[in-house]
Amino acid sequence: MSASRRHIGIDVGGTNTDAVLLDGLRVVRAVKTPTTADVTSGITTALRDLLTGDGRAAAGPAPDAVMIGTTHFTNAVVQRRDLTRVAAIRIGLPASASLPPFVDWPEDLAAIVRGDVHLVEGGHEYDGRPIVPLDERAVRDAARRVRAGALTSVAIASVFSPLNAECEERAAAIVREECPGVAVTLSHQLGRIGLLERENAALLNAALVDLARRTTRAFTAALQASGLTAPLYLTQNDGTVMLAASAEAFPVYSFASGPTNSMRGAAFLSGRTDALVVDVGGTTTDVGSLRHGFPREANSVVEVGGVRTLFRMPDLLSLGLGGGSLVQGDPPVVGPRSVGYRLVEEGRVFGGATLTATDVAVAAGLVDLGDRRRVAGLPGGLVKAALARMHASVEEGVDRMKTDAREEPLIAVGGGCFLVPERLAGVSEVVHVPHQAVANAVGAAIAQVSGEVDQIFQNLSRDEALARAHRIAEQRAVAAGAVASSLTVVESEDLPLAYLPGNSLRVRLRVVGDL
Amino acid sequence: MASLRPVSAEEIESLAIGAWILGTGGGGSPYLALLNMRRLYRDGVVVSLVDPMDLADDDDVAVVSNMGAPLVGQERLTDPRTIARAVTMMEEYRGRRFGAIMSLEIGGGNAIQPFMAAALLDRPVVDADCMGRAFPEAQMTSFAIHDLPMYPLTLVDVRDNAVVVARAASWTWMERLSRTACVAVGSIAATCKAPRTGQEVKSCAILYSTSKAIRIGRTIQGARRDHRDPIAALVEAEQGLLLFTGKIADVARRATEGFLRGTATLDGLGEFRGARFELAFQNEFAVGWLDGGVRITTPDLICVLDSVSGDAIGTETLRYGQRVSVVALPAPSVLLTPKGLDHVGPRAFGYDLEFTSVFR
Repeated sequence: MSASRRHIGIDVGGTNTDAVLLDGLRVVRAVKTPTTADVTSGITTALRDLLTGDGRAAAGPAPDAVMIGTTHFTNAVVQRRDLTRVAAIRIGLPASASLPPFVDWPEDLAAIVRGDVHLVEGGHEYDGRPIVPLDERAVRDAARRVRAGALTSVAIASVFSPLNAECEERAAAIVREECPGVAVTLSHQLGRIGLLERENAALLNAALVDLARRTTRAFTAALQASGLTAPLYLTQNDGTVMLAASAEAFPVYSFASGPTNSMRGAAFLSGRTDALVVDVGGTTTDVGSLRHGFPREANSVVEVGGVRTLFRMPDLLSLGLGGGSLVQGDPPVVGPRSVGYRLVEEGRVFGGATLTATDVAVAAGLVDLGDRRRVAGLPGGLVKAALARMHASVEEGVDRMKTDAREEPLIAVGGGCFLVPERLAGVSEVVHVPHQAVANAVGAAIAQVSGEVDQIFQNLSRDEALARAHRIAEQRAVAAGAVASSLTVVESEDLPLAYLPGNSLRVRLRVVGDL
Repeated sequence: MASLRPVSAEEIESLAIGAWILGTGGGGSPYLALLNMRRLYRDGVVVSLVDPMDLADDDDVAVVSNMGAPLVGQERLTDPRTIARAVTMMEEYRGRRFGAIMSLEIGGGNAIQPFMAAALLDRPVVDADCMGRAFPEAQMTSFAIHDLPMYPLTLVDVRDNAVVVARAASWTWMERLSRTACVAVGSIAATCKAPRTGQEVKSCAILYSTSKAIRIGRTIQGARRDHRDPIAALVEAEQGLLLFTGKIADVARRATEGFLRGTATLDGLGEFRGARFELAFQNEFAVGWLDGGVRITTPDLICVLDSVSGDAIGTETLRYGQRVSVVALPAPSVLLTPKGLDHVGPRAFGYDLEFTSVFR
C-alpha cells in the first residue's frame, strides 16, 4: 500500500474478530474480540476498541478503506454447516451422463448439499454449434420441481458455457420465471473450460450464497453502526479486494482469503519472504508456504472441503485443529468440531463446561488465559496425551506441506499460535512476530486491488489483443484505486474462437497493484 | 485364452497417474475415465488383464480409443457406454466376437478406455498398446509402422451417430476419413480401430505398456508418500532425463482441425534460472528448445510435470505461472527405427529437424 494511506483490516474468524489500523507501513493499533453470533456486534466492538480505545489513534484522519477477510465460507464447507441445499441443473445431454453433478464430491458433503439433480439436453460444441437444442421444457420441469421442493438456490452448468453462455442464461431466465426469488449461480461466471470443476465451483457457490448475503449485510451494518463511511471491500483468494456489494454473489472467490491474508500478513510483519506459515485459528489450522512474500499457489486442481475446483488459490493444508477445538474421550481426540466463537462462554477457563484445546494449553502452562484454577483438576495424563495429539497433528501437516527434506523456518501466527510447539521436526526455528495474533487482519489491510478483462477481441493479432487487454485491465485497476506504478499481470489466458467471424480471441487478463 | 490377472481398484488409480505422464501432454487427462472406473468398481466390477504373449494366434482383439481434442473432452465427459458401443458395432459389422480389448495409446485417458469397455462387455484387457505414449494421429502406431491393414474402423458419438470406415487406401487416408467424421461430431468420438489377431498383437504391439503405466504411477505415489522428490524418483526409476525446471511464462493455443496446437514458454528456476525453454505441441509435446536450440524432439517422450506433485500437466491445462519440470523418457525402440521415425519423427509433425535422441 502507498505510504500515506490509512486502512482498517478486519478478519472475521470463526472464533475471533481481529482488527488493525494501518497508517502506511505502520501498525497503529490492533485489537482482538470474540466473534459474535450476529457477526455485527463483534465487528462493532472491534471497531470501537480500534478507533477509540487509544486516544492517539483516534486522533488521526478518517480511514480511506475498510477491508474485511473472513473464513466464514470455508468453515461452513469444512464443518458442513450453514450450507444451503442446492438444485443442480446440468445442460449437456446426451453427453456427460455417466458422471452426473456431485459425482466426485465426498459423500457426507454431497448428502447435505445435493437437493436435486437435473440433466437436460443442450450445451454447445467447442466451435459454438449446439450439441442438441436446449430442452427448455425439461428446464421448466426442473424449475417446477425446484419450487415444489422449496429449494432456494440453483446452480446451472452447461457444456462449453465459457465459450457460449446462451444455454445457461436462458435456463436462468426460465428458473427465475418459475421460482421467483431463488438464487441462481451460473458456472460460466465462476470458471473456465472443465465442466466438472466449473460445475463444482457453481454448486459450492450456490450452497453459500445465502450465508454470504447475510454475512455481507452484517458487515455493512456494523460499519454504519460505527459511523465509518470509507468504502467496504471483501478480500479475495488471491490477496486482492472486491467491493462488498459485488462480492456477496460470489462467496467462493473469498474461500481462501483468510489464509492468504494471514500469510501475506506474516510476511509483512516478519520481513521474511520464504518460510512455512502456520496459522492457528479457533477452528482450523492452516499450513502454507511463503515464496517471495506471496503464498505458494496450488498448481492446478484445488480441493475445497474435498471438492475439486480450478480456482487459483494458495497451496494450503487445513487441519481441524484450533483454540476452540473440542477435546473429547480418553485417550483424547482433539477437533475437528470446535466451539468456535462460543469459546469465551463454553471453554472451561472462561467458566464454561466444554473442554477445549485452549483449556489444555492453559493447564499445561503454554498460555495464560481466563481462570487457570478452573483447569487445575485436569488429570496430567489427559493434558499430556491431548498435547501430544496436537503436536503430532501440526507436525504431520508441516511435513506434508514441505517439498524437500531441508529444514525451513516457520512463522507461527493466529490467535491460537500458542498451540504450535517450539520444536518441530523439519523446522529450523519457530518465528514469532509482533501482532502475530492478528496477522490476517494485517494481511487484509495491505490487500491489493485488481483490474480484470474478459472479452473477445476481433481482427487483431494475438500480441495486439493481449496489449489492448493489458491496457484496459490497468485502467480498471487504477479506476478501482490501484497505484499505477505498482501494477503487475497475475493472470493471462487467451483462447481463439473458431466459430466467430474474423480473427476472434477471447482474452482473460488480470493485473493487481497496491491500493 | 490364457490366465487372467484381476486389476485392483488401487492399480487403476496408479494407472491413471502413470498414463497421464506417458501422455506427454496429450491423450486427455485420465481423471474422468478414472471417475467412471471408480463408479464401476464401486458397483462390483473387476476388470482382468491378460498377458499378450498368452494370446492365441487367432484370438480377435479390439483396439479402442477415444479420439479428438482433449479440450473438448474436458467439457463432454467420457461415458463407458460410448466406447462399448464402438466395440459392439465392430462386432456386428464383422459378425465376430472379440476375445479381448486393448488400448490404442497408453498415454492419457485412452489407457483407461479399454477398461471402461471391458467393464461393460465383460472381456479382459490386453497388457499392451501400439504407441507406448500418446500421439495425435492414427498412422502414428506400431501397427502402421509394421504395415498392418488399417480398416475397418467404427466411430460413434453421444448422439445416435455412427460411422463405419469400411476401407481406406492408406493409414493417412484412414486418419483423414476418421478425423473428418470426428470433427463433424464435435471433435470427440469413441472409436474401435482395425481389429487385430493375437499373432499381430504379439509381434507388432508395444507389449506390457499397461503394467508400465501402473508401475510409473506407483513410483510417483511412493515418492509422495515418503516425501521424496517425485520427479527425481521418476527419472531414476525409468532411466529418464531432467531437461528443465521452470515457470510457465506464456501459453498460446488454438483448436484447429480437431487438434489443439500451440506453444508454451518457460522461464527457468533453480539451476535453470536465466534460461528459457520453449515447447511446441499438437495435442502432445512435439519439440522442445532450450535457449533457442533444439533440445528434444518426438518420439522421445517430452513429459511436463508439476514440480511439486509429479502429476503430468496436459497441453490443455498448461497455465501461466505453473511451476513445472520437463522430463524426457525413452521411446519404445520400434519408434526409433528409420521406418518408425517416418511415422512419428519430427518431420511427421512438420518440423524439418533431424531426430537425435537425448538418450544417445
